[in-house]
Amino acid sequence: MAQNQIKNMTINFGPQHPAAHGVLRMVLEMDGETIDRADPHIGLLHRGTEKLIENKTYQQSTPYFDRLDYVAPQNQEHAFVLAAEKLLGVEVPERAQYIRVLYAEIGRLLNHILNISSYAMDIGAMTPMLWWFEDREIMMEFCERVCGARMHMNYYRIGGVARDLPEGLLDDILAYLDEAPKMIDDIETLLTDNRIFKQRTVDIGKVTAEQAFDWGFTGPNLRASGIAWDLRKAQPYDAYAKLDFDIPVGKNGDCYDRYVVRMLEMRESIKIIRQCCEVLKTLKGPARCTDRKVCPPPRADMKNSMEGLIHHFKLMTEGVRVPAGETYTAVEAPKGEFAVFLVSDGSNKPYRCKIRAPGFVHLQAMDMMCKGHMLADAVAVIGSIDIVFGEIDR
Amino acid sequence: MSYIDRHIRAFLLTELLQGMWKVFTYMFKPCVTLNYPYEKGPLSPRFRGEHALRRYPNGEERCIACKLCEAVCPAQAITIEAEPRDDNSRRTTRYDIDMTKCIFCGFCEEACPVDAIVEGPNFEYATETREELMYDKQKLLDNGARWELEIAERLRQDAPYR
Repeated sequence: MAQNQIKNMTINFGPQHPAAHGVLRMVLEMDGETIDRADPHIGLLHRGTEKLIENKTYQQSTPYFDRLDYVAPQNQEHAFVLAAEKLLGVEVPERAQYIRVLYAEIGRLLNHILNISSYAMDIGAMTPMLWWFEDREIMMEFCERVCGARMHMNYYRIGGVARDLPEGLLDDILAYLDEAPKMIDDIETLLTDNRIFKQRTVDIGKVTAEQAFDWGFTGPNLRASGIAWDLRKAQPYDAYAKLDFDIPVGKNGDCYDRYVVRMLEMRESIKIIRQCCEVLKTLKGPARCTDRKVCPPPRADMKNSMEGLIHHFKLMTEGVRVPAGETYTAVEAPKGEFAVFLVSDGSNKPYRCKIRAPGFVHLQAMDMMCKGHMLADAVAVIGSIDIVFGEIDR
Repeated sequence: MSYIDRHIRAFLLTELLQGMWKVFTYMFKPCVTLNYPYEKGPLSPRFRGEHALRRYPNGEERCIACKLCEAVCPAQAITIEAEPRDDNSRRTTRYDIDMTKCIFCGFCEEACPVDAIVEGPNFEYATETREELMYDKQKLLDNGARWELEIAERLRQDAPYR
């Protein structure tokens, strides 16, 4: 009798799969319906950002950071300007610090809204996406009012921000903050206790605290495993040290906990934004540092004084000369620890700019998280680790 | 107690019915979708849209070919050539923007010392061919003429912050 040899089947997940969150191609080795091995293939969105930045002045590099994690561009810019400021030793005015934190938290909300709603849609819940995009649009409008672009803000500058907040914006943000928790409540009504959602997420893609450490997890994914590690608390940058907020921590480290941690984090973000708005209402001062060797002068100065015009020309053509040195500066981006390793040789362009993208680290744990689960669970895991290909492929 | 409670809730599908009720109430909320070509969202004075080259009120072009925008452009989308005009004033002979390269960062507007190149409020300039997106000086000046009112008002509103 001829014996039938049963072989594992290899299937391609992506790169055009709608649940792959971009251009992820995963080679899945399937044993029936269970995953034996998940092998993510990356690089389809590689643009050579790091190398490009070596050929740009420091100021010109910020738009490139917008385009890494294009869901929350503010936080990426934040990391880069902080790194450059550290090398330059620039003191950032307090008002600028609060504005930056305000927009970094808006970025966090934007990111979590997109992540949770698309994650819910991947595993069968369409409604959150349809509802929440209204809120996303409102927040993108806040971004547009302050810098002129809804997504790729290019707003953070070395030594502060591009322009001060326009009048009336803070009131509008505060008014929106009263509405935002209601929408979060509504989404929670739909998802948090929903049995279909829970069946798809509870105990899926479990990561213990130890595994999370071993794989280098950061951000909500690490906190869902029960480790209260948040760079905003651990090594506060800008105004975070002066703000009052908590770090939500999960217990089991499964897909469901990662969702819950993100939901709670959004409420904390709203708290931070409210505090920032209240401080900014009374805090006056420049929104850019007054060191004219780093920041260009205001336009009135530039048009009326020769010195201002010279500084303007110098900064727009040559840019800032950053003293030789190196720095690793990390911020708590919504996806995890986003960091920039800058090496300066004393010229006006970075000698090397290495970008640490949190999504890259989380994606390599796909195999560990998916092993033994069903094919449909791979989608839930991808959704819950929150990956964006702009930053992974760079 | 919580055990019984949980099972009664599970049996009665409370969480599903709650969710469905929520969705039902949303049916009576006013619709927020904009009927796009006929309705548009608000734009702030800082919006970064299609480029335009401006002129002074007397019709003289503002651009003095200092090439700051060319230097600061991260995408290297701007090409400028310049030589003195017949009246010896320095003006551009060529001012091209490759709109397919442009990343709308707004640096050119920020760099321009005479407010000549600006990113206007227009975002509806889609074309059928790539070539039409290679803007030359004439196209940019025409844009400036078309949008001057809006651009001037936007610059006036944003002046205190710049």
